[in-house]
Amino acid sequence: MYNSIVLVKQVPDTANISGKVMKDDGTVNRAKLPAIFNHEDKIALEFALQVKDKFGGKVTAVTMGPPRAADVLRECLYMGADEAYCVTDRKFAGADTLATSYVLSEAIKKIGNYDFVFAGRQAIDGDTAQVGPQTAEKLNIPQITYAEEILDIKDGKIKIRRKIDGGFEIVECRLPVLITVLKGAAEPRPFSAKRVMAFKNAKSLMEIEKLVEGNSLLYADDLLQEYKSRKLFIETLTTDDLDVDLERCGIKGSPTKVHKVESVVLAGGNHIKIEPTRDGISGLIDSLMEDRIF
Amino acid sequence: MKHNSEVWVFIEQRSGKPADVSFELLSKGRKLADNMGGKLKSIVIGDKVKDIAVETFNFGADECYLIEHPDLHYYRTILYSRILDELIKKEIPRIVLFGATVTGRDLAPRVASNTKSGLTADCTDLKISDVNYLNKPFKDLLLQIRPAFGGNIIATIITPDVPVQMATVREGVMEMHKVDKPKEVKIKEIPFKPEETDNLLVVLEQHREESKVNLKAAPIIVSGGYGLGSKANFNLLYELAHAVGGEVAGSRAAVDAGFITSERQVGQTGVTVRPKLYIAVGISGAIQHRAGMQEANKIIAINTDPDAPIFEISHYGIVGDAAEVIPKFIEAYKHKLK
Repeated sequence: MYNSIVLVKQVPDTANISGKVMKDDGTVNRAKLPAIFNHEDKIALEFALQVKDKFGGKVTAVTMGPPRAADVLRECLYMGADEAYCVTDRKFAGADTLATSYVLSEAIKKIGNYDFVFAGRQAIDGDTAQVGPQTAEKLNIPQITYAEEILDIKDGKIKIRRKIDGGFEIVECRLPVLITVLKGAAEPRPFSAKRVMAFKNAKSLMEIEKLVEGNSLLYADDLLQEYKSRKLFIETLTTDDLDVDLERCGIKGSPTKVHKVESVVLAGGNHIKIEPTRDGISGLIDSLMEDRIF
Repeated sequence: MKHNSEVWVFIEQRSGKPADVSFELLSKGRKLADNMGGKLKSIVIGDKVKDIAVETFNFGADECYLIEHPDLHYYRTILYSRILDELIKKEIPRIVLFGATVTGRDLAPRVASNTKSGLTADCTDLKISDVNYLNKPFKDLLLQIRPAFGGNIIATIITPDVPVQMATVREGVMEMHKVDKPKEVKIKEIPFKPEETDNLLVVLEQHREESKVNLKAAPIIVSGGYGLGSKANFNLLYELAHAVGGEVAGSRAAVDAGFITSERQVGQTGVTVRPKLYIAVGISGAIQHRAGMQEANKIIAINTDPDAPIFEISHYGIVGDAAEVIPKFIEAYKHKLK
């Protein structure tokens, strides 16, 4: 039996940015960006579920983000996660990778009892690949990044094939370990229809509080108990629940600051237009030959 | 905390061979150190890697820290990061640079976490500048410049409140220069002390193949994007590249779509190239892609969309379908050679 914690992130779909996402002043209009489940994190969850299928144990999904990030946790439950934790607090907002890894490592310590921490190699909104190693460092456990395949788990050790520059290597590591998973390493399983029916009403603390706000007949404590008893409660961790130093959270705990943001303005196109005809292209090749390019 | 104005470059080696990106970073680091009036130090870790330590002086190092031990033959996170953590905490360099390779991206964040340093990934430019941040003046900060948010913005990141500023940079982004007059070789050997935790992880096997693709050295690159629509259409690019004596490359979108392998990816998260001629086919021209090819001597864009941003940085633009334009191109080129 091996227990896994999986770190997942809700990200703006940066691959599908339309012109409308940029405001006139050159800043990003986040509200216009569709939010999606970071793909490599889904593969990390698949790795954890495969470990569970083979050896038994528990899979716990964790995300840090605004309350709406609970969406990806519901998706984790649909895929097969046993439990989900939403780490959310205004004081966590604006965190860079250092502050994010600090809060996540504290959440992982709180959840405890794990053999593996799985995460995607990187998230598409920043592509930094930093949160995995930084979380491992704070947990004081080894890390295996760029994992491609789990080859074996036995005697408290895992054998993994990982990508390296220009090839691959096979490493063996004692548990517990944090593993970041490369895209293409596995195909995330589809949602189970049964689990979608079971968990579509799962809610985090903030979501339950919102229900209460809109309805004077409901009492937060009663509702919370009901969700808990029906196993539809997404555990919620705020600064009240974690033993965190606020100086190390959110913007305060983030050494990297954005000094300047420039919207990408393209210089006027001075290019020479070539007709897509034989003559046009022939003329182009002449110019390139004159310039000794060919 | 007091810090000095040193620039350190982690020199990556693979089975005793130094990575190009490390020498590129030394060349950039030399400029940054000169701008701050500081020293450039190379950090070489491995087993029997003294030759590499000596070589770093040809790229501008003032001094080298060499850590050699049989246990350091393979890169392993725990050992390498412990060495750097201890050195950095003791000497507090102002800047530490790493290649944004698999190794650099495994090591740099671990070290940044331990030393509580700021770290910016995949920078496309680095500069030293005085900065006013929140009405406070800071002298000689490292400006860490990178595209962000799907390439719609270019962000300048600073880490004003921490002593050590760290950045990773992809291979090819900085240019490699040997210095005219290398400094006298000054290597400080630092002993390595094995610890029990070192063997929590062991490397059982390693397999590497010399990459057959060398985009950086190719005089002509024919590059395809998502707009080509299929892997089969990439064959057109191979035909064109074969005809004109070039290499084939692709954008990240083309790599993600499986049209071409990632070792041929040009752009911020791929390789940066400076060929004589870059032919961009079906590439829209996001900033991340442009960051990897805009210094080409001549750029030809072929795209069905006349409004594609790629045209804005091109010298020649052809609005048309690749399936029609490229065969005509090959035919016309062959005709000229006759």
